[in-house]
Amino acid sequence: MAALLCLVSAAMAFAAEPAPLQADQLAKAIKTDALTIPTPGELFAALEKPGKPDWAGQYRTPIPMTYRNRAQIALNLGGLIADGFIAVQAQDSQQVKNIGTDIIKLAKALGVSENVLSRGNSINEFAENSEWDTLHEELEATQNEVKASMQTHRDQDLVILVSLGGWIRGTQAVSAAVMKNFDEGSAKVLRQPAVVNFIKTKINDISPDLRNETLVKSVSEQLTGIEKLVTFQPGKGPSADEVRKLNEAVSKLMEEIQKKEDAK
Amino acid sequence: MNRRVAFFLGVVLLVGGVSLRAQTDEEVEAHRLVLDLTGAFSNDGFKLRDGHWAGQIKPAERAVIAVNLYAGNEYWFSAAANAKAKKISVELYDESGKPLTTEVYNEGERASAGFSPTSSGQYFVAVNLLEGEATTFCVVHSYK
Repeated sequence: MAALLCLVSAAMAFAAEPAPLQADQLAKAIKTDALTIPTPGELFAALEKPGKPDWAGQYRTPIPMTYRNRAQIALNLGGLIADGFIAVQAQDSQQVKNIGTDIIKLAKALGVSENVLSRGNSINEFAENSEWDTLHEELEATQNEVKASMQTHRDQDLVILVSLGGWIRGTQAVSAAVMKNFDEGSAKVLRQPAVVNFIKTKINDISPDLRNETLVKSVSEQLTGIEKLVTFQPGKGPSADEVRKLNEAVSKLMEEIQKKEDAK
Repeated sequence: MNRRVAFFLGVVLLVGGVSLRAQTDEEVEAHRLVLDLTGAFSNDGFKLRDGHWAGQIKPAERAVIAVNLYAGNEYWFSAAANAKAKKISVELYDESGKPLTTEVYNEGERASAGFSPTSSGQYFVAVNLLEGEATTFCVVHSYK
């Protein structure tokens, strides 16, 4: 490995600038959940650069585990995975274990594979040993395993809802942390119009039945307003008031997603 | 099924994030090659995102992938192609398609580009097949 590192150093250089991409190349760019939508871990890593936020202050009270509606379960599963990342950032073993247990409970409700269920044991073990970097990887792997299992169970329309749930919960936690100790540099991480636009496009592609479910329809409609709230000039951060408005919007959405009675 | 149709179907299926089909042997090999390359970044504190994109690329063609990056993070985008490729490159562009100055690592059929955005938002990663025959490649990214 040391040899490879030397090789990398030796071969590194600053590249000459190539020609710009044309509009049709940008329009035809490949967009994939696996690379185009950032994970909550990436978002939280960026927010930590100016100083570690009070991650424990972003915990929420446990959500119900008895949803029956599959779309609602998928959205909440994504939110719980984001909660797992928050607990890892806070380096809180017990919280990671609690969230891990809840993730597995919701995953079971969707009938996901044994592979996902075995992740629960790994999460507990890594949390016991305070292996934070490994836990980070394990949470990402769990999320991908859940999505892969959904695909094989012909639940592919639910995959985007897991990503969406994670994005909303991550944005809620980050906007709240930014509000607590506002500075424009940290607030810059909230500029994500293309992520919301991609999620909206994917939701438009899901089956009409699922798209017209009360919760999915409401979430989809609110995304249009949220897209505007995460659109700022490149290189510029939002004002404290704009962050507050974004936090209110995603918190309202999160409340709706985790509310038990809203299930169809 | 010809390669063009197979590639198109691959793109369609992967645009949900998780492929509905099993990976081909060539994709598995390209993924293995790119993971070998990113080991060096992991040693430097970069976390490898558990997600990848694999597809086909032809000579003088480039595959463009949209990504969303956060100001404050450092990123390395890495690609590797199978043996039919002799030389590839990885380039980054901002949301308007303007090329960005990046740190680069090129070693024949493996290449990486490193970048630390000062603005959060959408960027584009382009993988170019500079020399060699049409082949399968795989892209991953690391961040810290």
